[in-house]
Amino acid sequence: MASAPPIDEGLRSELQKQGIWVTSMQELYNWGRRNSIWPLQFGLACCAIEMIATAASRYDLARFGGEVFRPSPRQADLMIVAGTVTKKMAPQIVRLYNQMPDPKYVISMGACAISGGPFKQGYNVLKGIDRYIPVDVYIPGCPPRPEALLHAFMELQRKIDGQKLTGTGKAAFLDKTVPSEFPVPAFGAHDLEPPANADVFHPPKIERH
Amino acid sequence: MPDPYFFLVIFGAVAFVFPVMPLALAWLWRRFFQPPKPGAGKNATYECGVESLGEAQIQFHSHYYLYAIIFLIFDVEAIFLVPFAVAFTGLPFGAFIAILVFLLLLLEGLVWAWGKGCLSWVK
Ligand code: SF4
Repeated sequence: MASAPPIDEGLRSELQKQGIWVTSMQELYNWGRRNSIWPLQFGLACCAIEMIATAASRYDLARFGGEVFRPSPRQADLMIVAGTVTKKMAPQIVRLYNQMPDPKYVISMGACAISGGPFKQGYNVLKGIDRYIPVDVYIPGCPPRPEALLHAFMELQRKIDGQKLTGTGKAAFLDKTVPSEFPVPAFGAHDLEPPANADVFHPPKIERH
Repeated sequence: MPDPYFFLVIFGAVAFVFPVMPLALAWLWRRFFQPPKPGAGKNATYECGVESLGEAQIQFHSHYYLYAIIFLIFDVEAIFLVPFAVAFTGLPFGAFIAILVFLLLLLEGLVWAWGKGCLSWVK
């Protein structure tokens, strides 16, 4: 069981040499999850082209078990926010995120999805999707190369691998008190209402001297 | 020697257990580890992220078939028009009259359908 003390690494490798494979439920579960991450199939702007390239034969996301792009959030584990999120689009993105079943992860791909990128000063572009939904991995770049997305994917796999099933510090999706839905912003007169979800958005404090 | 149909029983049992087992495992998993977190947004109808509007069961009036037929006729006409346009400069007078008659006939059909009210949308 997952609550059992971790297996001694030395003992495990010793057993492995004898042909006995020891694992824990947590490891087995995370191993299965991290090797079958199904992304939600949608692209927003130029970054989506790189995402498509990553899924195609040359970069071959299938090597990491992530090639099954699902056209419905009900079957997806991962949301790759690939591109510019306009304020018109943001409520839809949040709603799609809400409709994904737990556990769910978000990769914020490219400068636009992180902060608005080249359009940060624009009146119509959301300055980062992390204002409304929690992001697991950020990839800088405009656009990030497919290798960068693969790297983000591997980072995510590492994160999934480290998630605990029980005890303190267990994964958020197993915690009843952690919400799996976030309020969908509404169109206001000049901006989205609210402009950011204070429960989710924790920008780094800039210290000025 | 077991009954020859015995293998069918085994086959049936495996065919039953194979799909039911993952479902049962998933159920147990949900029961002991993962708390369900349903919500209004999560349970809402999926419509590409937009809020769904109106009824899902829309019925088209059977009157619509006339639209389809008229569309089909003019679709075919468009195909005939292409070779006509390509050969236009080299056509003898008789052929020109013939294609004109063809066009006028279709046009007349359109006028007739229009006059009968087939082109107005029926709810
Ligand atoms: S980060 Fe650059 S490449 Fe990606 S969507 Fe924005 S403008 Fe396009």
